[in-house]
Amino acid sequence: MKQLLDTETPSREELERILDTTEAMLEISQRDIKKVPTLRGRTVINMFLEPSTRTRVSFEIAAKRLSADAINVTASGSSLSKAETLSDMARNLSAMQADVLVVRDRNAGVPAMLARHLSIPVINAGDGNHEHPTQALLDAFTIRQAFGNIEGRVVSIIGDVAHSRVARSNIHALTKLGAEVRIAGPPTMIPVGVEQFGVKPCTSIDEALDGAHVVMMLRIQMERLEGALFPSVREYASTWGLSRERLRLARPDAVVLHPGPVNRGVEIQSEVADAEPSRILDQVTNGVATRMAVLYLLTGDSQ
Amino acid sequence: MTVTRIRGARLLDPTKGIDDALELEITGSRISAVGHELSGSADQVVEAEGLWLAPGFVDLHTHLREPGQEYKESIATGTKSAAAGGFTTVCAMANTDPVNDSPAVTEFIRRRARETAAVRVHVIAAATQGLRGEVMSEMALLRDAGAVAFSDDGAVIMNAAVMRRVLEYAFGIGRTVIAHCEDLDLRGPGVVHEGAHATCCGLPGSPAEAESVMVARDLELARLTGAALHIAHVSAARSVDMIRDAKRAGVRVTAEVTPHHLALCDERIRGYDTNAKMAPPLRTARDREALREGLADGTIDCVATDHAPHAAYEKDVEFCGAPFGVVGLETALPIVLELVRERRLSALAAIDALTRRPARVLGLGAGTLEVGAPADLVLIDPDRVWKVEAQGLASRSKNSPFLGNEFVGRATQTWVGGRVVHALDEESS
Ligand SMILES: [Zn+2]
Repeated sequence: MKQLLDTETPSREELERILDTTEAMLEISQRDIKKVPTLRGRTVINMFLEPSTRTRVSFEIAAKRLSADAINVTASGSSLSKAETLSDMARNLSAMQADVLVVRDRNAGVPAMLARHLSIPVINAGDGNHEHPTQALLDAFTIRQAFGNIEGRVVSIIGDVAHSRVARSNIHALTKLGAEVRIAGPPTMIPVGVEQFGVKPCTSIDEALDGAHVVMMLRIQMERLEGALFPSVREYASTWGLSRERLRLARPDAVVLHPGPVNRGVEIQSEVADAEPSRILDQVTNGVATRMAVLYLLTGDSQ
Repeated sequence: MTVTRIRGARLLDPTKGIDDALELEITGSRISAVGHELSGSADQVVEAEGLWLAPGFVDLHTHLREPGQEYKESIATGTKSAAAGGFTTVCAMANTDPVNDSPAVTEFIRRRARETAAVRVHVIAAATQGLRGEVMSEMALLRDAGAVAFSDDGAVIMNAAVMRRVLEYAFGIGRTVIAHCEDLDLRGPGVVHEGAHATCCGLPGSPAEAESVMVARDLELARLTGAALHIAHVSAARSVDMIRDAKRAGVRVTAEVTPHHLALCDERIRGYDTNAKMAPPLRTARDREALREGLADGTIDCVATDHAPHAAYEKDVEFCGAPFGVVGLETALPIVLELVRERRLSALAAIDALTRRPARVLGLGAGTLEVGAPADLVLIDPDRVWKVEAQGLASRSKNSPFLGNEFVGRATQTWVGGRVVHALDEESS
């Protein structure tokens, strides 16, 4: 693997290799001294042109645990801005002589477009409504952790699928890894043609939850109200939100995932977010290990 | 006067239904004879064995960008691109800077064309002042200044009442209105066709209905007013069906299709090539099939390029931020010839769609090889294999979705008024 731009392109074997490597990285993260010299002398650029503290910090910790030098480039703190062309941006990045570029952008396709101009590995840390592959990998890892495997598990993704890069990456990754993926959400938020990706669209959250192993709640963005995609927060919470009662429709051992940050009381009730089935904090821990695995596999000495 | 004889070619003249091995003679600026083995002396003989000789092509939809955006294209470079593609007549769209909504701008464009253009330039003026879709432009004065049609193109007239008045008024002064049919509200932020490819790429989509809803509206308004309506760059199967029905019902409607909508479908957006971004967007393979069918059965009258040059740096940005549009003059011919090879069109029908039929839409009188007509001609090598490369394009802008493609068929020589405006040198292939 040379890039991680999406989860649509890699094979099942490549995805599984990342999950297996994550296992090893998690072990490192649980040691007293959480640092290995694997990537000493390597430079990772974390270019976050859309603010995102969580993902940036997660990548930064991952790089540091592997002893790489991590440089953060943010939209405001650098000359790299939308005033320049993508090839100019790529030229500037090449001149920095980094070994890997991690890029987050508010526009779909920017990591792929930059990768075309660069010779170093590019990791997509989330691009618009396109994909967020490391999030899907950490979700897949968390599911594997909870159930031992992914094959045959029923995963229900609930919410604004149309505007969710997390949903897209999870749909590609989890269907490839053998899960049965269901989606549900307001009809205005179910993207056209999604059934072609091998998922089962459900008409209600109850139908989606029925017998599910994994309930993945998506974050609802309040600006979707302006786009007239749903009428009110109240209606959203009662129709598509996850409450304790609803969760009873899922299997007794079901787990709840959320990419964060959580809108408490909207897509998920606090009683669920903080309760036993929630793996939201595991996701954060696994996120660092997943990103270590990806950095290692793309830049390390592994062939 | 210089006499040039072209011999050995397969001569295609849709105005007379001729598809035959005939010689053609140019005297000065006009066609002076067509026939078998012409006699008399010629100053110059063009040997055209294996080539096709046809009327020069007519493009109803060209963005020449002058005045105001000469960094993208100028009348000089845009018409050079036209000549290289076999076009001898182009119709310049009104969205220049300043907008062509006044006789002064129309006259300016016509003067610059006289001074710098390689091919004939007709002027399409704005239908409403400033392309704002509110108050109609001074259409009669613009007509008197030389405007051949009216269009706000991509600045769609969203207000149906304004569109009605524009059609009514244009009808009264003997001009056609060209409509870019796209409901801008329904399109919303859409930059590509709404479908599985858009979903996969995470790009906002615009449904085919953004077009067909507007086609329906404008067909109804054309029926109401009796006006001549020309629908630009049809992209959706539903639009083709509605235009077919409207024609049967006697509505005065004509329509065009672009080469890129005939050749490509929405799969082409994978990989975020901003040269695959245009309005209307590339749609499904089913839509493309309907467009090919519509062109073959005459529902769609002609091919028009919607040649829309943009500077490289403008397209070298994120997909959503890139401007809509692609260049098309130099790649139109091989795409239409592909339909001939697939036996979807006869050679004569293909030439018809590029010459007589577009000319007829606006009554331009071009697109014929009749004796006495201006010698606007193109020699075509239908078997010439060539690769589309940025540096090989005569247009100032290189935003083609076909860069790197191998095409078959190319204009080898173009005449406007008896003057050679394009000649492909032997080495270039
Ligand atoms: Zn248009």
